[in-house]
Amino acid sequence: MPQFQVDRRAVLGLGAAACAAPLAAAAAQFTASGMVWQANTSAFPTAVDLSAHYVFFTPDEAAFIEAACARLIPADATGPSAVQAGAPLFLDRQLAGEYGKGARLYMQGPFGKGTATQGYQARWPPAGFHRAAIKAIDEHLTRNGGAPFHRRAAADQDAFLKDLEAGKAELGGEVDGKAYFKLLLQNVMEGYFCDPIYGGNQGLAAWKMIGFPGARYDQRAYVLAYNQPYPLPPVGIGGRPAWSVKG
Amino acid sequence: MATKLPPVDAVLVGFGWTGAIMAQELTEAGLNVLALERGDWRDTPTDFSPAYAQDELRYYWRHELFQRLNHDTLTIRNKASETALPMRQLGSFLLGSGVGGAGVHWNGQVWRFLPSDFKARSHNLQRYGKAAIPDDMTIQDYPVTYDDLEPHFDKFEYLCGVSGKAGNLKGVIQPGGDPFEGPRQREYPNPPLDMPYGPTLFGKAAAELGRHPFPHPAANCSRPYTNPLGVQLGQCTYCGFCEKYACGNYSKASAQTTILPVLMRKPNFTLKTNSEVTKVNLSADGKTATGVTYIDDKGQAFEQPAELVILSAYILHNVRLLLLSGIGKPYDPATGQGVVGKNYAYQITSSVNVFFDDKILNPFVGAGALGTIINDFNGDNFDHSGLGFIGGGYVGVLQTGARPIETHNTPTGAPAWGAAWKTAIARDYLKTASVATHGAVMSHRGNYLDLDPTYKDALGRPLLRMTFDFTDNEHRMSDYLTDRAAEIAKAMGGREIKANPRKGSWDVVPYQTTHNTGGAIMGDDPKTSFTNRYLQSWDVPNLFVLGATAFPQNAGYNPTGTVAALTYYAADAIRTRYLKASHQPLVPA
Amino acid sequence: MRRPALGAAAAAVLLAALPARITAQQLAATPPVTPPVTPPAASAPVAPESPQVAQGRYLSILGDCEGCHDRPGGAPYSGGFPLPTPFGTIYSANLTQDRDTGIGAWSADDFWNAMHNGIRKDGAKLYPAFPYPYFTHITRAESDALYAYFKTIAPVSYRPPPNKLPFPLNIRLLVTFWNLLYFKPDNAPQATPAGGQHIVQGLGHCGACHTPKTFLGGDKAGHELEGGKLDNWFAPELTADPRRGLGAWSTPDVAEYLKTGRNMRANASASMADVIHFSTSHMTDADLAAIGDYLRGHPSHAAAPATPAPDPRVMAAGQAIYVDECAACHAVDGKAQPTYFPPLPGAAVTQSVDPTTLLRFILSGTQTVATDARPTPLSMPSYGWKLDDAQVAAVATYVRNSWGNAAPAVSPADVARLRRKVARTPVQKPSAAI
Repeated sequence: MPQFQVDRRAVLGLGAAACAAPLAAAAAQFTASGMVWQANTSAFPTAVDLSAHYVFFTPDEAAFIEAACARLIPADATGPSAVQAGAPLFLDRQLAGEYGKGARLYMQGPFGKGTATQGYQARWPPAGFHRAAIKAIDEHLTRNGGAPFHRRAAADQDAFLKDLEAGKAELGGEVDGKAYFKLLLQNVMEGYFCDPIYGGNQGLAAWKMIGFPGARYDQRAYVLAYNQPYPLPPVGIGGRPAWSVKG
Repeated sequence: MATKLPPVDAVLVGFGWTGAIMAQELTEAGLNVLALERGDWRDTPTDFSPAYAQDELRYYWRHELFQRLNHDTLTIRNKASETALPMRQLGSFLLGSGVGGAGVHWNGQVWRFLPSDFKARSHNLQRYGKAAIPDDMTIQDYPVTYDDLEPHFDKFEYLCGVSGKAGNLKGVIQPGGDPFEGPRQREYPNPPLDMPYGPTLFGKAAAELGRHPFPHPAANCSRPYTNPLGVQLGQCTYCGFCEKYACGNYSKASAQTTILPVLMRKPNFTLKTNSEVTKVNLSADGKTATGVTYIDDKGQAFEQPAELVILSAYILHNVRLLLLSGIGKPYDPATGQGVVGKNYAYQITSSVNVFFDDKILNPFVGAGALGTIINDFNGDNFDHSGLGFIGGGYVGVLQTGARPIETHNTPTGAPAWGAAWKTAIARDYLKTASVATHGAVMSHRGNYLDLDPTYKDALGRPLLRMTFDFTDNEHRMSDYLTDRAAEIAKAMGGREIKANPRKGSWDVVPYQTTHNTGGAIMGDDPKTSFTNRYLQSWDVPNLFVLGATAFPQNAGYNPTGTVAALTYYAADAIRTRYLKASHQPLVPA
Repeated sequence: MRRPALGAAAAAVLLAALPARITAQQLAATPPVTPPVTPPAASAPVAPESPQVAQGRYLSILGDCEGCHDRPGGAPYSGGFPLPTPFGTIYSANLTQDRDTGIGAWSADDFWNAMHNGIRKDGAKLYPAFPYPYFTHITRAESDALYAYFKTIAPVSYRPPPNKLPFPLNIRLLVTFWNLLYFKPDNAPQATPAGGQHIVQGLGHCGACHTPKTFLGGDKAGHELEGGKLDNWFAPELTADPRRGLGAWSTPDVAEYLKTGRNMRANASASMADVIHFSTSHMTDADLAAIGDYLRGHPSHAAAPATPAPDPRVMAAGQAIYVDECAACHAVDGKAQPTYFPPLPGAAVTQSVDPTTLLRFILSGTQTVATDARPTPLSMPSYGWKLDDAQVAAVATYVRNSWGNAAPAVSPADVARLRRKVARTPVQKPSAAI
């Protein structure tokens, strides 16, 4: 088990200070200092509390996200679904933290729709975008007595997702459905393939599926091993089972 | 009220590659040098440790090593008729920040522009006539030649320990190297990196088609290396987390791994971090830079007098600082007059994927500049008659790693999600190669930089505004390169290929390259350039502007090698001539 | 090392001959406004000086005076460096010519009395944290040369803080008893240089760190240079032992290490960083070779430890960790990149019976010393945040027993004990603001 600090503030979804992103050090001056170094100090990542409860998603939002994850990356013989991999938990923690708040994004107004080439212009950071979009999707689907997304049949869900992807779902209000689908798919892929310290890719299952060896650093022995299967199992930043003394 | 500080001989604004190179050169000349960097101190064991460097989410998708746009970004639009909107999230290019700048997260691709690239205007005019250069294409000759820069390219390559194979040694073409390169005086300092399967398949197919493949020159050391400053770099371990990430074992060249161990020991060099320069200050007659004003992280302002002011930040920040400081005449695309912001250019890229059933390529093994390349279609290395464009680019398979969130090459017809996507990716991930093209962008009257009228940075200052699009020249050229790439891709013998040409207007979203160029270009004429051949401002002789701001147009190569060579060329002129006649123009106007 | 009972009778006089070092870098607080690492004052070339002063300057380099008498951010030789000993903190004296706070009022006899007998000008006993048991071996002429050199150090008014020693250790008189056990003034000192032995046993005072100590802090008789524990570091054997000492090194290896901070076998860091920075990197090649000859020929009387084959399950876990985490610098076969990243097979740090230094490197990382000849401080990152005690113990046991290495296994409890003392809370660098 790694010794990382688990950021309780992010887990509880509270306020400003961040997972791995409190504000940087104060201005410093270096003269004939050499390469400044401190023992026992590094910019290691903050692992996420993986206990199975949501801190950001409401129950309705979680239902939508879990159902969407199950269709975007379904379970089959090749590997787990995005739900089984932990993508919903991953996304929950991301939206509760600095990413959700858009801490690195430029969020000053005025906000405009933008051309097809001007990128993300939503007036919300990712957390707000998900929130507004899920709400708009729910209203769109349940208008006139329809079932919400998570209670529809798989084929029906796929059809809706395809419409959303193509920009054919008219959600009304400010939510750009096509832009939201892009964000959602991107986040689900992140949750499927990220390092498990963030909550997704649990058991390294997604990496095993494709054959990605994970957080390794020395591949010198394999550069010239043409057409040879890679012999080592994947490893995450938090390690792998073989690191523990067995028995 | 800014606190006035004691003067220094030279102040450098920004501390990435060009800042470190220039600081090392000027301190060797005995100057008292101060570098101001608005980002943080960063170094390998505490910030780039291989104990956690392999974190795709954190570094590529959450941008931990890059500039935070909430502090400063730019606005973008394709045409002047559109309203520029902020680039709210990094995409097309990944701005660096902190000590080492983008040189910390770059690939390590080190090229020399072709001799003809430096004379793009006169060379193309001479070979293809006036019709080859449309009226709105504002390309200009560089005021330097390849031969002027040759020793300085060499100096940078030896500083970094570039791993490669010479193709032209003093005019004699060498087997195994790039036969199209300009002549070099000596071999690369390190032999080429080991070549993985995918790039060798490309090389074999390219050679069968009569092209001239060779190993990409790499600032990823193929063996442990001690550079001419006595600084030690380690051997690259092909970790596959190179570009967009920082190197954990000292094997990718950066300011930290090549210069700083020596520079940071010198008593005549001072670095101040978290110190953002807000203005270059001028004398009343505007002809002398008196120093800079900067603020620290608490917002306190300082006035730093200096004899020599050097802008060594990223090209976009250099241009914005000139505009905000009122230095030089801002460019007006309507009249074509003015020079600051003029001739902004970029890079145009495309790719062709090759899917194999029977070959395990292990694409996750990689290094930033590891690959097999051909320059048969770069620059003017081929006859452009009748093609409708000038310029070119390199084509090749670069194997830099295959991080799984980023790498979803699926064949034509495969969807982007769902069961069919999953089947495709599980089947193809280990067996896919990508032939890339990397093409030049010519300057155009309508592609330029200025200050945005609406949006502001965190300090309340106008953002830079970028007006840019590819023109027909770039599209035709890129499509041509894509077709050439597809020919070779087919010949590699996979199950199928998929071409991904670059279509439509420049889109800020997908990552392409961080090769922004121009805006304070070098030239022979103060009416059409901001600096002379030594990167010295025509208007303010004690102001130098380093970086790709100098490029009058971009070539089909990654810019860093040429940026570094120009910096060494300027440093040499400062040391041997300028310091003896300080504040004097090195070139008569 | 057992702590003596405080307040105990008679024998309670301790005082560490343990000039344990914290490098200047390690003292730097965040944000890192760090002290200069410009060359030490002693090595700076100076306008014409007399041969005696020049000799004294070189002797001060041999003695590594600045290593203890410079403090970060202070003027050279003005003292105030806190030496952490197991008995408390002792602050080094001001050796500048200030008459009130320094040694400006001292005569050559006073200086000799301090160096030779461990007695201060006012007659008080010096604590053996000042290594007079070693300095007693220099000649009067050498002492006078040093005195002449120190006469050229400009006065700096600075009074070091009072020592932080608990009662009764703060009673200097008790040093008399310590001296009875552990100190005999050398009545026939020979001039330095006179072979490596005289440098090592005299001004070099290598044994102050590298010789094992009794519980009272005196050198263990008959075990010169067989390794010493201090301030949560283990200074390895400087003997001919091929595993735990320098037996496999050549004399040029030793000289290169001391001059440049690294060689084909090891990188210098931690407590040796200051020694190399202030002292050995400025020694003559002849003296370095003499030191090398002496140390390599110095036999070890330390008992070879029992090294039963370690638990294969621990080795398997250690290997998995090693391949995943260590190979990128140290290579799968441990051979690393000599003079860049140190090889592990055959290394003394790896095979010392006391694994403290190895474990501390893994937990906290370490920075190779930068010298003029080799300015790159290639560093090992810290793993204490990532590996738990069992994992650190496993990978340490693995490197200690692979590739021909043999050394006692490390237990998770060993790691836990050290972690509590030096790496309890890993410091997480925050994300940048811009």
